Amino acid sequence: MPIFMELFLTFAKIGLFTFGGGYAMLSMIENICVEQKKWITHDEMMNITVIAESTPGPIAINCATYVGYKKGKLSGAFFATLGVAIPSFIIIFSISMFLEGFLEIAWIAHAFRGIRIAVGILILDAAIKMMKKMKKKPLQIGTLLASFVGIMLINVLKLHISSIAVMLVAVLVSVVFFLVEKGHGKESKP
Amino acid sequence: MIYLDLLIGFLKVGLFSFGGAYAAIPLIRDVVLAHGWLDDEMLSYMIAVSESTPGPIMVNLATYVGSNKGGLLGAVVATTAVMLPAFLIILLIMVLARSLFENSFVQAILRGLKPCVIGVILATGVYMILGNCHVKTENRVDNTAIIMTCGFAAVYFGARKVSKKGLSPIGLICLAAVVGVAVYGI
Repeated sequence: MPIFMELFLTFAKIGLFTFGGGYAMLSMIENICVEQKKWITHDEMMNITVIAESTPGPIAINCATYVGYKKGKLSGAFFATLGVAIPSFIIIFSISMFLEGFLEIAWIAHAFRGIRIAVGILILDAAIKMMKKMKKKPLQIGTLLASFVGIMLINVLKLHISSIAVMLVAVLVSVVFFLVEKGHGKESKP
Repeated sequence: MIYLDLLIGFLKVGLFSFGGAYAAIPLIRDVVLAHGWLDDEMLSYMIAVSESTPGPIMVNLATYVGSNKGGLLGAVVATTAVMLPAFLIILLIMVLARSLFENSFVQAILRGLKPCVIGVILATGVYMILGNCHVKTENRVDNTAIIMTCGFAAVYFGARKVSKKGLSPIGLICLAAVVGVAVYGI
């Protein structure tokens, strides 16, 4: 089987069988690409995790592109990325055709009123987990609190400011601090 | 034009969602609310559906919004747009500079970005929970929703104290569906 075909099928399998988003997928990718197929080493997997967390976009896409490129250059990257996305694309596309009609059924609407509450807790949990892993220095804590208050105000006051603007301000502040620290000749590694 | 709006909207989501699926939710919320594509209620339904179906949550949400607003072509445009920045950036890193992340300037950017993303996710979660516990049409507090929120939080976080694995997100969603039917249906 040509490598790009194998990449496509392998990542389609990963895309089809991982529930719960990126982090669940990382362990599946580790299992298949490191242990079974030996496409990448364990160290590389660690490396990919760090890169995936530091670059934007779905973590699964970052991983698929990385492994695909390593095994099959550009076409490998393309087919691995396509593979990982195709199962969920087909499933969600099918669901989208009937979801709204589905929600008009009374007991399903009741179920979703309950589910809505659970989703709020899941989002909160994601933030708490990330907070536990974060470096707890004054600049980091200050940025977190300022962003939290900023987004709350934007939501409550219905201001038309995108969260991207808040992120750009945070980056700017951190870079300014970095340049000042560097200028003072203090440790230059943030 | 709807396809161009989908393309630009989801390119933005793909380009600024640092830190995985839940980091994308505030950005997707920005885009869908600004265009009036979904409201908070429908968005939380879709987050639940995305959690309960396989695949990256960001791809699931993009496919749904795209399909809902522009059919098959809309779904293809939105899904491609949300994936494209990640794809190109990883290619760039692989081809040009694998040591890019050791650069102290890049580290300084990430140092500002990471805690900010956490603050944004936290605020989105808190705001959505507050929205759930408030009846907009009558402008009053929804006591049932407050009790359910506390109950689910106790079960979800408490499960981790009892067993190491705790309750999975899908487990919580199923539980919430059953409780929802029982509380609102009877």
